[in-house]
Formats: sequence, structure tokens, C-alpha cells
Amino acid sequence: MAGVSTQPDTQSRPFALSWRARLGWLVVLVYSIYAASQLGFSWTRFESGLELGARFLSRLFPPSLERLNILWQGIAESLEIAVLASTLGILLALPISLLGARNLMPAWATWPSRALVALCRALHPVIVAIIFVKAVGFGALAGVLALTVASIGFIGKLFTEAIEEISLKQVEAVRASGASFANVIIFAVMPQVFARFVGFSTYQLDSNLRNSTMVGIVGAGGIGGTLFSAFQRFDYDFVCTILLTIIAIIMLGELLARMVRAILLDNVSLGELLRRKPQTQFRAPAGEDL
Amino acid sequence: MSTEALQSYPQQWQRYTVGQRLLRFALYLLFIVAIVQSARTIDIIPEFLYDAPTQMVDLVNRMWPVDWASFQGTISTALIETLHMATLGTLLAIVLAVPVGLLAANNLTPSRSLNLLARFILVSSRSINSLVWALLFIAIFGPGALAGTMAIAFRSIGFVGKLLGEAIEEAQPGPVEALTATGASLGSIIQYGYWPQIRPAFWSIVLLRWDINVRESAVLGLVGAGGIGMALNSAMDLFQWDRVALILLLIFGVVILAEIIITRSRRSLL
Repeated sequence: MAGVSTQPDTQSRPFALSWRARLGWLVVLVYSIYAASQLGFSWTRFESGLELGARFLSRLFPPSLERLNILWQGIAESLEIAVLASTLGILLALPISLLGARNLMPAWATWPSRALVALCRALHPVIVAIIFVKAVGFGALAGVLALTVASIGFIGKLFTEAIEEISLKQVEAVRASGASFANVIIFAVMPQVFARFVGFSTYQLDSNLRNSTMVGIVGAGGIGGTLFSAFQRFDYDFVCTILLTIIAIIMLGELLARMVRAILLDNVSLGELLRRKPQTQFRAPAGEDL
Repeated sequence: MSTEALQSYPQQWQRYTVGQRLLRFALYLLFIVAIVQSARTIDIIPEFLYDAPTQMVDLVNRMWPVDWASFQGTISTALIETLHMATLGTLLAIVLAVPVGLLAANNLTPSRSLNLLARFILVSSRSINSLVWALLFIAIFGPGALAGTMAIAFRSIGFVGKLLGEAIEEAQPGPVEALTATGASLGSIIQYGYWPQIRPAFWSIVLLRWDINVRESAVLGLVGAGGIGMALNSAMDLFQWDRVALILLLIFGVVILAEIIITRSRRSLL
């Protein structure tokens, strides 16, 4: 065994970080310190914040139950915004994504619809809501339109991709039987992608429910406006009530979305629905906020 | 086959059982009731709706030409501040979310109560919108970038922790068992058993969250949490729509830039 050391190597660590990885971590550290100093973070500010935070938390509790009718009005409007925006968004996204699928449509149809979807996705729903507040005035309509735009962007992008992934064998078979274009869509394309469409739609319903509680901050209707003004008036006990209600509604919405998927996709009956654990887990697509 | 056997087959085949059909109809009914009820009671002022096209034309007229000159000064610093907030918030979120993610994974932390505690933290972080987190932190730290950074970090804990926990749960038990058999400490097991397996997932989670945070940090300023949203808010309050147009274009550009950066770095990191 000439040339092979019999001494165990105790000096060098196995799996040691390469110099590039070390340099990377160093850069991250230096950047954090630099950015924190740029933003004016300091320990004293953090400390005084902790003290204020304790006072703030004590003022949150107990939640105030005085203005329940205002709370209810805001919540009802948020729910209406979410339902209408999801309905409009789903109905509009279906034809737009069919038009955007490159394997079914010619280029003159796919380009405009893809551009429209990209435009709908580009800006945050709250910023879109600002523009609609200017266009159609304060109130729920601006919220509905803003969230419709967000829904078209989300469902449109993912559903177009889903259609482009279908197997063309069935399309060819239906076409060979002399079916019209509409029949090809209904009997060859939709059965392959409908389950995913339901998945995207229920996810978007859930997401609209979350966002409908927020667009009110810029004046687009719903509970968000009430929440923001309660914050500005330092009504922290009412803030607590609103937040707890929002969280409860979001959790109910998640439950509802799961039930819709179970009923439409897994074909469960009532007894199974109450007993079983969810099977069809919907994973949010990459890049989307959970 | 005898005629008896044939007759025992149902005359009509049905895809769904009665229970399944009833449940489906109940669901459709629920949808229709919800849509009709919402459409009837929602508060829409028709005059505003008729007015919308003129208002839109007016908006576009006011936005054009874009006020490029105002980029120097407050807006450019606000833009940099936004990027710092998004990046620092993501880094802070990683530091806070990794322990929670480790606790949430059932194969690494075989304790039901600790898993549930971690899940609870993750769910509450995700249920509260980042704008609400920003409002909460403004009440604590006052308006400014600190509140925005904390809001981004706390909102991201749920996202990073949940996906990290799932990645850990999907890790192969083989290397972990081998390390356990050699008597390795928990730290070594995580470092040599789990980390190499979850590393691609980890980096892609971090990049995804950074992308989302760049988008969100642009909005946080609307409630006073620093960044370009604050410049947007003041420009809107002063009806400087040409400035608003510039800021919207900048946000649009930054979002696209962020997307390019993550696709590039994903190729080199993974």
C-alpha cells in the first residue's frame, strides 16, 4: 500500500464548506449589516419597540364587542366582493386561457390573450385596486374589479399551461370523428384539464377571500377600510375583534375550498366527507403566495 | 349468459351515486345562492359606473407624460429602500422560520405536541396578511422601514417554514438512519443527513419568497411601512398622477427584474 497514508486524517473536516460558499455567507452577512444601517435600524429603537409592543398587546385585549353591526357590514361586503370577483374571474379566465393555449390556437389569438394575462399578473392586487378606485370611485365595485383582474391573471396563466400539457391523442381522435371545434374543446380538451381548473379556481376563491379583507385599505370596500380606520383611531380592542374575525373567515374559507375539491374531484358522499381526511391536496403553484 | 343474469344488471348506468349527486347539487345551490345574494346586496353606485370611462381617460391624461425627472432624490432612495426591506425581511424570515420548520417536520421532531405548536405558528403567520402585519408593527416600532421589514419577515415565516417542513418530511430516511447508527449528534444528523437532501428545495423556497416579498414590499408603504409605497401614497394624496405613473412603472420594472434574477440564480444554484 505504498503511497496511501495509513494515518487517519483528523485535520481536515469532511464536507467542509468550499471557499465559494464561505464567501457567499460572508457577503450575506456584510450585506445584512449594511442594509440594516441604511434603513436606520438600531438596538435602542428595537428595545423601545419591545416596550411599546407590550403596551400595544395589552391594549388589544379584551376584544371589543361594541360595534358588531359595523363589523358585520364590513365582513358581508368583503364576502360579497370575494364571491363576485371569483365568479367573474373564473368565467372570464376560462375563454382567455383557451385562447392562450398554443397547441390549440393560432398565434394571432395566443399573443393578445397571453399579454392580457401577463398584464393582469404584473401588479399587486392592492395597486390594481388603487387604479380602479380612481376609475369607478370608492366602494365595493373597485374591489370586485381589482380582484377579478387578479383572478384572471392567476387562473389564466396556470390554466393555459395546463391546456398546453394535454395529450393530443384524444383531440385527434375526436377530430377524426368529424367533430366541430366546439365539440373538440368540450369532449377532448376539457375532460383532461377540468380537475386542474377546479383546483385553481378553489385556490383563487380562497385567495380572493384573503385579499377582499385588504383592498379596503385603499378604499375599495370591505372590512379593510374599517380595520385601517380602527388602527388610525387607536381603537386597538376593535382591531383585535376584526383580526380574529378575519382569521376565522380565512380558516372557514380554506375548509370550504377543501370541501369543494373533495366533492367535485374525489366524488365523496356526505358520510365520507365528514369522516375522511383530505386526499386531494392542492399545492399552490410555484411563485404564488400561500 | 342466461337472461336472468342479464336482467340483474341495472338498466341504466349512472356515474355518481345518489349521495354524491345530492352533495354536488347542494354545492351548486350554495354557489348560486351566494352569487345571487352578493349581486343583489352589494353596494354599487351606478353613476360611478357610467362615469368610469371618462374617469379612466382623465386618469391616463393626467399620467401622461410620465414625470421622469422626479426619479432622482426621494423616489430612487425609496426604491432602494424597498429592495433592502424585501431582502432583509427574507433573511430574517429564514433565521426565524428554520427552527419552526424543523419542529413542524414529524420525522425530525417525533413529538405530536411540538408539531402542533409549530403548525399553529405557521398557520397564524400565514393567515395574517402582510399589510396587517405592517399595521401591527407600525403600532410597535412606528412608521418606517423597520416595521415593513418585520412585517415581511413575519409574513414569510409561515411560507418558508411550511414548505421547509414538507421538504424535510419528504427526505429519504436512509442517510439519517446511517448517521444515527454511527452515534452522530442531532446537529450532525441535520447537517449531513437532512441538509444535502433539502438543499435544492431550500434555495428554491428562499428565491420564491424573495420574489413575492419584492412585490409585497412595494405595497407596504401604503399603510406607512416604508419603501416606494410611501412615495406612491404621497404622490396620490397630492394628485401628482404623472409621478404615480413613474412609480407604477418602476414597481413593474422591479418585479420583472426580480423574476429574471430568480430564474437566473435558480439555474446556477440548483
